[in-house]
Amino acid sequence: MIQQTNPIFGRLDWSVTPYTDLLNKVTSSTIVGAGAATVLVVGAIGAVALLTWMRWWKPLFRDWLTSADAKKIGIMYIVLALVMMARGIIEGFVMRAHQATALGTLAAPESGLVAPDHFAQLFSTHGTIMIFFVAMPLLIGLINFVLPQQLGARDMAFPVLNQVSLGMTAAGAGLIMISLLVGQFGTGGWTMYPPYTGIEYSPGEGVDYWLWAIMISGIGSTLTGMNFAVTIFKKRAPGMHFMRMPLFCWTSLCVAIMLIYAMPALTVSSTMLLLDRYAGFHFFTNAAGGNMMNYANIFWMFGHPEVYILVLPAFGVFSEISSTFSGKKLYGYTSLVIASMSISVISFTVWLHHFFTMGSSVPVNIAFGIATMVIGIPTGVKIYDWMATMWRGRIRVTTPIVYLVGFFMLFVIGGLSGIILANPSIDYQVHNSTFLVAHFHNVIIPGVLFGMLAGIHYWFPKAFGFRLSETWGRLTAYLFIGGFLCTFMPLYVLGLMGMPRRSPTFQNPDFMPWMYIAAFGGVLMLAALTSLTWTFWTSWRNRERLAVPGGDPWNGATLEWSSPAPVPEWNFPHIPVVTARDDWGATKRGGDPWRGPDEYVDIEMPANTYFGVTLAGAAFLLGFAMTWHIWWLSIVSLFTIVAALFWRGLQVVEPVIVPAEEVERADKQYRDRIASLTPVRRVEEETEHNRGVPDITEFAG
Amino acid sequence: MSALILTMWPGAATAETLATQSFLQPMGPVAEEQAAHLLRVVAITMIVILPVLVGVPLLLWRYRLNSDKAKYTPEWEYSNKLELALWGVPIIIVVVLASWLWYSTSKLDPYKPIGENPLQVQAIGLDWKWVFIYPEDGVATVNELAIPVGRPVELTLTTDTVMQSMLIAPLTGQIYAMPGMTTKLNFSATRTGTAEGENTQFNGTGFGRQKFTVIALDSDRYDAWVSDARSAPTLDDATYTILRRRSVLAETRTDLGLTKDATPIYFSAPDTALFDRVVQKYHQSRTAHTVDELGGTGLPPQGGGGPE
Repeated sequence: MIQQTNPIFGRLDWSVTPYTDLLNKVTSSTIVGAGAATVLVVGAIGAVALLTWMRWWKPLFRDWLTSADAKKIGIMYIVLALVMMARGIIEGFVMRAHQATALGTLAAPESGLVAPDHFAQLFSTHGTIMIFFVAMPLLIGLINFVLPQQLGARDMAFPVLNQVSLGMTAAGAGLIMISLLVGQFGTGGWTMYPPYTGIEYSPGEGVDYWLWAIMISGIGSTLTGMNFAVTIFKKRAPGMHFMRMPLFCWTSLCVAIMLIYAMPALTVSSTMLLLDRYAGFHFFTNAAGGNMMNYANIFWMFGHPEVYILVLPAFGVFSEISSTFSGKKLYGYTSLVIASMSISVISFTVWLHHFFTMGSSVPVNIAFGIATMVIGIPTGVKIYDWMATMWRGRIRVTTPIVYLVGFFMLFVIGGLSGIILANPSIDYQVHNSTFLVAHFHNVIIPGVLFGMLAGIHYWFPKAFGFRLSETWGRLTAYLFIGGFLCTFMPLYVLGLMGMPRRSPTFQNPDFMPWMYIAAFGGVLMLAALTSLTWTFWTSWRNRERLAVPGGDPWNGATLEWSSPAPVPEWNFPHIPVVTARDDWGATKRGGDPWRGPDEYVDIEMPANTYFGVTLAGAAFLLGFAMTWHIWWLSIVSLFTIVAALFWRGLQVVEPVIVPAEEVERADKQYRDRIASLTPVRRVEEETEHNRGVPDITEFAG
Repeated sequence: MSALILTMWPGAATAETLATQSFLQPMGPVAEEQAAHLLRVVAITMIVILPVLVGVPLLLWRYRLNSDKAKYTPEWEYSNKLELALWGVPIIIVVVLASWLWYSTSKLDPYKPIGENPLQVQAIGLDWKWVFIYPEDGVATVNELAIPVGRPVELTLTTDTVMQSMLIAPLTGQIYAMPGMTTKLNFSATRTGTAEGENTQFNGTGFGRQKFTVIALDSDRYDAWVSDARSAPTLDDATYTILRRRSVLAETRTDLGLTKDATPIYFSAPDTALFDRVVQKYHQSRTAHTVDELGGTGLPPQGGGGPE
């Protein structure tokens, strides 16, 4: 614990890095800590060197960081998520490796790969990263990329606000990353329940890192929710009635509404804990009238809707791919819309099931238990709707379908354990056990991760102009499925055997066989991560052969497949007039879908701005300075944020005009290209013959 | 898959020498009912899950792209009958499950005594050990809970530190224990045996070793256990302050001048108000650190006499 606060450096000094810990005492734990910090440092230096060597700094800022294009913002979100996911998966593996070596006795000190305190930091960062900085940016990124194109819009309703949202998320992720090198992270898990995380029991910077990362990225997520909602309400193409929107747009709308209502609860609980820690308040302290139960209550008012925020976009993806790759119309559109909307409403009424065991009375537990089961109804309906979509179809087992099948087979098991946990009488037994850990990984990995990876695979050609390798894509999917099974099925068993979650050590030798299987699963997960990275690399190297300039590689039905790949900044040369659900499919059935517009007009696009980057940098510094009590820097960065807001507010913002001639030239070039390409039949979809122009006579869905 | 593991698992549990740690090897009516309810829920839910597990592989095979025989109905997108089944079956199942939930939750209310005249035991969660006080018998222990077989037990819990959660899986479920507040667990043992109890809510580095032994004894042996404990040293305020230090049992034993192992500690405990005084500490209208008795309400010092 550092007592002194230096006026310039706050509580920072040379003792805060993991290298100091390593110098003090060489153990496997300090070696792992210093190793992780080294990976971060070497990675950062390597990235800077690469950017400098390739002279990419200017394009990085000009084309990406200052861009307000929702598609680019979406891609940056996904890149951020994948980088964070690499850390999250490695941390997961270290935890599995630790527990496989953590069998001990009650009398002897804890042994194993890492020290108990280090282990606690690992499960705290792993959870925080996977929820807030992998799952959230993955889905927000995918929605950013897809939503305007599916709605027939050019961009989000508030493109610059979108940039700010990304900036806030990145600033939060940056704080989590820097905690590897500077100081310690909190040890209270991703939920950070006080009073354990209060100032008395957790002095120091750890919990503050979490609080500032959550607060800052939470602002980004709230703004994103508003942006998505307004975009869906105001930016739909003419004729795109609500009941003509693709399912992915519907689930995006659910997510938007849920973000708006759920995120504030997290901000409130975090702010209250922050006031406890910084300003001597007593919201959640043991003494002076504080009540820790309020934290759990407010946190889970956010926390439960959050899991449906995570999973609904994946449900949107599954609706799109089950239809496309079965060559069939989506079964039960209205049912799916009603189910999605029901899920988003009911998800706000179940949060108490996270603390059935806090002593609430029987009627309260019954009410929330039944509400939890009720949410299983629309979820079950969805799964059967997708199966009905595939029934009497012609199913191509592409990578997204492998993920979908993995989802079907695994998610229902997660649903079963969810129903089990919804029973307060059983929850009393398996709450806080590895059974619970297995349950939420069982819904989040097959649900969110598989859905997002399927979506990335599906829409990747639209972003970059070439398909991803199907061979490597499928291998990655199999590895993730195998890795999931080996890692988390043993945790169900261990939970039923009575093993608490977050155990730095345990004494029951019967656990060991299951621990070894789980550790092997961790190895498979690492292999899946490697295979995923390799998929991107090898596909990029073969980008000529995988190129799909025609823009419709899967013979799709929704509007985004009517444009070239990669899609131009303006999405559509002319805003489409929508006449049917699955408008692009209807056009295909009408014949000659690639007819150009009659006339071209100037297009207004949002201008680039440094606003988002400035706010992100200032927010990162604010969080870092507050964590380390560097007051002068906090004031400077807060002032920078306020000044940037004023500066932006006082600007007359002019859009960039893309002249009609330029649009016409690009569009005519695309139409000529289409005419020169040979249409490909579905059986040849995975071959080099697929140039993104499908045989429309085959399209029937 | 999980059902398969579930049914396989009880056979896999071998080590009879160890304390029972799972509610699937119940030692009393509460855990028995919980295990039965688990199987019941799994069985009912299987009605909607099995069709997916079986149907998806069949769909993939039957409707694969190059299948010649399979029907292809690309424009089919709605069926009234199917809709009725898709919504109806899950609704019926949830109604059934909800009724069972209502029944089992009411029946297994941890606040409801199991029978007449339950044995009163008080539990104080500390970092990282449990103190059990038997106000009727005037004894106390650290990390051992002895109960007579056949007599209902009412455990009243609090902590003198952060939030904890006590689970004695083979006997009953868990409930949170929080400073300044009390919660209850009611249960009973139907057979003699040893169970492991634990804290399941992470509370710091010693968390993994915050286990305690639960022994269910015949009433004669229970009486002998009590009279043995009565002859042990007294649990006074000074001793309690040492117990309250942040340390696991082995370190606490060192602090008390005992051998450094994980054997439970026994006390005679004439102060029947100790538990209430611990709860009351957190109800003073003063801020933290100002309550001095029983080690205060703030962060206790690190115990265990230095690094191990």
